[in-house]
Amino acid sequence: MQMSGAQMVCESIIAEGVKTVFGYPGGAIMHVYDEIYKQNGFEHILNRHEQAAVHAADGYARATGEVGVAMVTSGPGFTNAVTGLATAYMDSIPMVVISGQVPLSLIGTDGFQEIDAVGISRPCTKHNFLVRTLEELPTILKEAFYIARSGRPGPVLVDIPKDITVEIGEFTYPKTVHIPSYKPTYKGNKRQIEKAVDAIKKAKKPLLYIGGGVVLSNAYELVREFAKKTQIPAVETLMARGVMGAKNPLLLGMLGMHGNYASNMAMSETDLVISLGARFDDRVTGKLSEFAKYADIIHVDIDAANIGKLVDVDYPIVGDITEVLKQILPQLDGVDPDRYEAWRNILKRYDDLHPQSYIDSDEVIKPQWAIERIGELVGDDAIITSDVGQHQMWAAQHYPFDRPRQWINSGGLGTMGFGFPAAIGAKRAFPDKIVINITGDGSILMNMQELVTAAEYEIPVINIILNNHFLGMVRQWQTFFYDKRYSETDLSFQPNFKALAEACGGIGYDVTTKAEFDAALKDAIKQNKVCFMNVQTNRFEDVLPMVPSGGALFNMMLPQTTKGEA
Amino acid sequence: MTKNVKERRVISVIVMNESSVLSRITSLFAARGYNIESLTVAPIPNSDMSHITIATTGSSKLMEQITKQLHKLIPVYKVIEHEEMVEKEMVLAKFPIAENLADISVLSSAYNGGVVNVGMEMIIVMVADEPKRVKHFIEAAQRYNPSEIVRGGVVAIER
Repeated sequence: MQMSGAQMVCESIIAEGVKTVFGYPGGAIMHVYDEIYKQNGFEHILNRHEQAAVHAADGYARATGEVGVAMVTSGPGFTNAVTGLATAYMDSIPMVVISGQVPLSLIGTDGFQEIDAVGISRPCTKHNFLVRTLEELPTILKEAFYIARSGRPGPVLVDIPKDITVEIGEFTYPKTVHIPSYKPTYKGNKRQIEKAVDAIKKAKKPLLYIGGGVVLSNAYELVREFAKKTQIPAVETLMARGVMGAKNPLLLGMLGMHGNYASNMAMSETDLVISLGARFDDRVTGKLSEFAKYADIIHVDIDAANIGKLVDVDYPIVGDITEVLKQILPQLDGVDPDRYEAWRNILKRYDDLHPQSYIDSDEVIKPQWAIERIGELVGDDAIITSDVGQHQMWAAQHYPFDRPRQWINSGGLGTMGFGFPAAIGAKRAFPDKIVINITGDGSILMNMQELVTAAEYEIPVINIILNNHFLGMVRQWQTFFYDKRYSETDLSFQPNFKALAEACGGIGYDVTTKAEFDAALKDAIKQNKVCFMNVQTNRFEDVLPMVPSGGALFNMMLPQTTKGEA
Repeated sequence: MTKNVKERRVISVIVMNESSVLSRITSLFAARGYNIESLTVAPIPNSDMSHITIATTGSSKLMEQITKQLHKLIPVYKVIEHEEMVEKEMVLAKFPIAENLADISVLSSAYNGGVVNVGMEMIIVMVADEPKRVKHFIEAAQRYNPSEIVRGGVVAIER
């Protein structure tokens, strides 16, 4: 069928089954937007900043597991999108971002709104394309979606010069892709798996180390079965919260810099780490030479480059977690769960000794209380997104996540401003779920223009601002490591959050007491409108436990009061 | 531990011929802090692929990481970390005509080359040899006051 490049873009998006595209128009992408206006195969959400559009597509992808799609124009439209691409890249989120580019004849001339998009995005995309002819456009779009979702997922950029979008040509959307140089490995090596199973049978203190790859591979049921069958205890990374389920007796908690005592001690004393889709990030391992010092390591990962990158691995298995676990599970029949009972008891004692805890207060709202309260009030029904900082860690520590994809946050890049637009994406994907962005008074301002987006499209995202009038995590480090010199972290000068939300067509709540907190959250759910819940918390609460940067996991600063400063 | 010993290594990367594939490889090296000692690239005859030869330095652990990271690039078809290889580098050198031409000619033949051009004011020789011998040639050539020396970078093939 004959059509323009712009039409091809729309037809390809429809052919991929995409229902929602997030974006922002501009000069170089106008022909495509003209076709968007004419079609009704998908909806377009006009975010109020390109960064937010990409985060929204990202949130959509994290909530559904499908490829998120965003569209931006050339130059500043694209550069604004870069943080969104990098955020998705670090967390391996499948996404296709389509950017306009100046016409082919102007490329390289420093034209208006020209920037080398493929050059800039190379280190923060799984792959990128600059379309050079109309003929290759359908194939490139097909490949972009395929590359984004296959293997280790990631964002793909397709940069399309304006003249190609107006040119007319023959369109057939390819049914298959043929990339001889790209063949992801899904099945695990049989011999390596046998050896790993043997190691599990021989271990005395094995530990499941569960990462975000389990979520990406939709393997949580298999992981739960693995744990149940073997009774091997488990720790989760920040990206894996929800995989085991909060109520699972085998789950010790989150490990790492802000992991709980039992999890970090388990990792320090285990004799066999069974790593599933985790990548030994520095925020998880602490001092590498002390990390899992007494353990052999089984590492299952779809990305071979993750294996042996930071830690020497004894049993490397390259493959998709789902496929590999399907291979492993039948071989676990010979594992005797009683064998690990002594180990489980040790860990139980650790948890009794220092459970995840905080000192609550009746005078002031403690951020940890707020998180737990949200969990009590909405629990399973909600999807929780977060920004980056103290509130993010408290959410990860204290929210009772019960299923994967319930917890959406920027783990790898740590992007402030991610939570609100990501929540918009998640809510659009699941309109019947309550979607709450747990955020801070620092982060929320980084994409607050999305109030307008959420109000216009009636996307009722609840933003709970845990307001301590500080850039809290940096303030915490300044308290601990910089002699309390609070350089540029005092955020006492603030907007009127309630009025701000109202000015943009949402609802605002000022919350200072626990009673007000309950009332506001219940009202926000009932009102079904985008809102800011501005929750005053105590100023000097710290995220604990904490492993100081570069320290060994077993050297934790444990919870204590910070009296005198509150 | 031989694993952490820094050594000179040569990697061949077979890539699909498409625009910006070379910059994907060089920016990977730059972004991850890997060193490139020399790099050559040319199309593979009768195919839609190119052969890139990279000489670098690092431990075997680092080499493993470089190889895996290169593999992750979508247009990279194959990565060969050479162990048993034949390695050659070409060099062009220009000398003033007033120098001892017989000596220069003998020197270049000793390093698997010869005179390729003689002009009014200068003589140009070419040598093609193993990188270690190329280094010796360049040292030996110094006494004839070369005005210019251009090295071609390493190409390698597995034995």
